[in-house]
Formats: sequence, structure tokens, C-alpha cells
Amino acid sequence: MSSLAVPQAEPRAGSTPGTVQDRPPLRRRIALIPTVTLLLGAIYCLLPVAWVVIAATKSGPELFSTFTFLPGTGFADNVRDLSAYRDGVYWQWMANSALYAGLGALLSTCVSAVSGYALATYRFRGRETIFNVLLAGVLMPPVILAVPQYLLLAKADLTDSYVSVLLPQILFPYGVYLARIYAAAAVPADVVEAGRMDGASEWRIFTRIALPMMIPGMVTVFLFQFVAIWNNFLLPYIMLSDDEKFPITLGLFTLLEQGANTPALYTLVITGAFLAVLPLVALFLVIQRFWSLDLLSGAVKS
Amino acid sequence: MKSTARRQSYGAKGAPYAFLVPATVLFALFFALPIGYALWLSFRKVRVSGLGLGSGARREVWAGLENYTDALSDSELLHGALRVLGYGCIVVPVMLGLALLFALMLDSEKVRLAPVTRLAIFLPYAVPGVVAALLWGFLYLPDVSPFYFVLDRLGMPQPDLLDGGPLYLALSNIAVWGGTGFNMIVIYTSLQAIPAEVYEAAKLDGATPLQIALRIKIPMVAPSLVLTFFFSIIATLQVYNEPTTLKPLTNSVSTTWSPLMKVYRDAFGEGDIYGAAAQAVIIAFATLLLSFGFLRAANRRQKQEAAR
Repeated sequence: MSSLAVPQAEPRAGSTPGTVQDRPPLRRRIALIPTVTLLLGAIYCLLPVAWVVIAATKSGPELFSTFTFLPGTGFADNVRDLSAYRDGVYWQWMANSALYAGLGALLSTCVSAVSGYALATYRFRGRETIFNVLLAGVLMPPVILAVPQYLLLAKADLTDSYVSVLLPQILFPYGVYLARIYAAAAVPADVVEAGRMDGASEWRIFTRIALPMMIPGMVTVFLFQFVAIWNNFLLPYIMLSDDEKFPITLGLFTLLEQGANTPALYTLVITGAFLAVLPLVALFLVIQRFWSLDLLSGAVKS
Repeated sequence: MKSTARRQSYGAKGAPYAFLVPATVLFALFFALPIGYALWLSFRKVRVSGLGLGSGARREVWAGLENYTDALSDSELLHGALRVLGYGCIVVPVMLGLALLFALMLDSEKVRLAPVTRLAIFLPYAVPGVVAALLWGFLYLPDVSPFYFVLDRLGMPQPDLLDGGPLYLALSNIAVWGGTGFNMIVIYTSLQAIPAEVYEAAKLDGATPLQIALRIKIPMVAPSLVLTFFFSIIATLQVYNEPTTLKPLTNSVSTTWSPLMKVYRDAFGEGDIYGAAAQAVIIAFATLLLSFGFLRAANRRQKQEAAR
């Protein structure tokens, strides 16, 4: 469990050179197979991304006439057309997604942290029951929840609002699960006990002592939930009808649907998809060194 | 002294419940209540009296199991379930097989470019399912796809990827592309947790890297494999975004391609929320049954392994 705190384990040191050096050709071959396999995997995974980067530079006629991986000349025009489309509704979608994912993930990380901490550090009646019931939420297919959620929110007159997309996504059972695992590993019981001896209230112990210890794990939880909300499609699809409130996934989908009738919109869809991928890819490149995916394997071992 | 201790222990007793209030309230409002409401709706129906005009002509009444018998005898729902089953039989083994393969390769000694390729393979996780389906959808379109361009130049036949059997492969490919990296990271991190001494001992015994992978690494990451299997099965049963996104690009994805798509269509397209609720309950039940069945089988297997 102590490995939780280490973001990336060091490569194993002290491999035995003697045994391998006796057979140099074999050694080379073994090093080659993994490298080539991984390169092929990387090419497969980057292919659609490379395609959209290039396709976004093409003007409408170029898209259908020139070789796919030949850059075009229309990128600036495409971005201008996309920004002009329905008075810049595209950028509104991006801003909406940032709001849904940013605020939603922040709130849901707070809920996960406080619940995970309580479930990890206290012994109380009903602890396992509460935990198991919360976890069962993971198994619920989204549409099972979303359809009645829509009907209930409609009764409360809350559909087609920002709230209708934000609220149902705050509780993430998986986030609570990860937070519990992390709190159990990162917050020692005697530190909590020492806080009590000093007369601190339970809330103060949580915010001043435990929470700072949980921060690295909570960064991971935040990112998971940010990605989950950013990628969500079904819930906003069901809840929203006013396209000014759409997140980017739903916006691009409606653009594609219209594009089926007017192929001129295809260049907008492609440019839009390219620009929509950028923020998350950038986020990944910046934070991939910070977030501890060890949390996941730690979760498996316990 | 004694009284403070008692007061504090009371505080500690109430504290966890207080801490769990936000989660419990949200669960009650956005999980329990909707599930209960869906159950209630699934036993209701609308009875239209007379011509169905005027207030009181459409009344909601108790339907008993009618919606359920309708749903279970609905061939469209059955076909959707079979389609998703076929799709899952491609996605889950291929995705996890690749994830395990890449994780083992990353973990092998002397591998070059590991950090770059690891990041590249993980990258699709950052791409929303809708955008992934959209990108691949264009790559499947003969007019813009590089694959068709190459096939054309080579004078080879150009299959329609968005129809019939190839459609399954086309959809599976999107899921494999999006999910392999995430599962690879889960397996890879648990591979990294295996202590080096285990390998030292195996090497002294003359084990080859392949033997180490098959006899030591794979059994030791079995719990991660179980977890990734579990989440993959659930995700597969709930497939919705990808076929929905491909729909505008082809005529062969129907509005009822997957069971969840049928629930959506019945609830919002046809306005039959009662029938849709019954179908939703059936799908949820099937998901629970499958997941728990799988977990139990996995647990039993692990206990057997441990006993040996």
C-alpha cells in the first residue's frame, strides 16, 4: 500500500547482465519485439488524431479530392467559419463543457473526499451497507437513471437548465471508492487520534490534517471525474433542448447530424472535433506526471 | 477528563454520519428516487377512454406485469441484446488482450521509447466517445478515408465498413481504440508493484522472459485483470454513444441497434415511458446478474488458485 504515494515506480534496477550477455542475439531480439509492438500500438492510437489534425487544415473541396494525409490550405478559413457558425455557438459549447466538467468535478471530488474519509477512518454501524449501496450505483446503466431523472427533474421544472446536467453527476460512486482506498492508505490512524487528543473537532481534523494528506489521491479523482463529465453525452442529450447550453460532445453530434444533409458542414465538424480534442490532450500532457494511477492498482490489491 | 473523553467519543460517533450526508442525499435524490420511480412507472400504463379527447380521457392505471411481458416478447429488444452480445465478444477479449500485451511489453527489460508509446496508447482515453466515433466514422467513409485510398491504388476490393458484419468490427474498433490504453495502465501499474526479487529468483532458475511473463507476471496481475474485465463488461452492455454517433453516417445503424438506444427511442421518440421503464429495469437486472455472476466466478477461481 505504501506504493500509493509514489507516482511512478522506478524501473527495476539490478537486472543480471551476466546471464543475458552470454547470448547477445537473443537479447537484441527480445528488446526489439516489445519496442516494435509498442510502436505499432502507438501508431494505431495516434492515427485518428493525426488524421483530424491534417483534415482540419483542408477546405471543403480538398477534403474529398486530395490524399488524406496531405495537409490542406483552409485551416484559418475553417476556424473562421466554425466561429461564425450560428454566432459562435461552438465556443459557447466549449465554455459550457469547461463549466460542467470543471465545477462538476470539483464538487464531486469534495463529496468523494469527505465520504471516502468517513468510510475509511471511522468504525460505525452501517458502514459496509452504506458503502455497498453507494457502489451499486456504478452498475446502473446510465439510461436507467437518466430517463427517470429527466422525468423527475421535469416535475421540478429544472430540465433544460445547467443544473439538470450538473447535479446528477456530482455523486460518482467510483470516486467515493477510490477516495476510501486512498484515505485508508494515506491517513494514519494515530495522526487522527493525536488530533483528537489535542481537542480538535472531527471536522477540523478532516480539513486540517487528513485532507492535505489526501490531496495527491484527490487530484486523480478530480481528473477521472473531469474526464467522465467532459465525455458524457447521454445525460445532456436527454436533459437539454436549448443548444446554447450544450456541452461540446452534444454540440458536435448535432453538427454531424446536420452535416449528413449538408456535406459543407463536414469541414466544420472535423475542425470542431480537432479543437475539442486539444484541451483534454493538453491537460493530459501537463498533468500525466502528477497523477497517480497507482491508485488503481492499489485499489485492486486491497 | 473522563467527561471530555466521553463527549469526544460521542462526537466521533456522529461525525461519520455527518460526513456522509452529502453523498447520501445525492444518492437518494439522483439514484434511489429515479430507480424507484422507474420501477413504479414500469408497472403503469395509460388507458385511453372514448376518443382520447378531453381531460380525464387519458388515465394512468396499474398495468401489472404487462409492460414486462411486452418487453420480453419484443423481438427488437432481443435482437439489440444479441447485437450487443456479439459486439462484446469482440471488444472485451481484443481490448484486454491488447492491454495485457502492451503492459507486458512496457514492463519488459531494455524496451525503447516506453514513456512515449505509453502516453500515445493512453491518449485515446482523453478523447470523448462521441468524438472518437466521429473520427473513426470519417475514417470509415470511402470518400475521405486513407484506407480506401490505399486499397484503391492497390486495386483491391473496398468493403463497406459501415454495413452488415463489418459494422460490428467498425464499432468494436472504436471501443478497443478508446479503452485499451486505460486498461493497459491499470495492468501496468500492478506489474510494477511486483518485487524485483521474484524475477531474480526465476532468472537464476533459468526462466526465459516468455516463461516469466506467462508463469509469474500474468498470474500476479490476475486481480487487475478481473477488475478490468468487470468494468469492460459493464461498459459494453451500456454501449450507446458510438452507435448513436455513427448513425448519421450510415443507414445500417437503426435507432434500436443497442438495448439502451431502444429505451431512449421508446421513451422520447415514441413517448412510451412505461414500456421504456420496464425495458430499462430488465437491462439493469441483467447487468447486475451478469456482473455478480462474473465476480463470483472470479472469486471462486482465485480461492482455488490460493489453495493450490
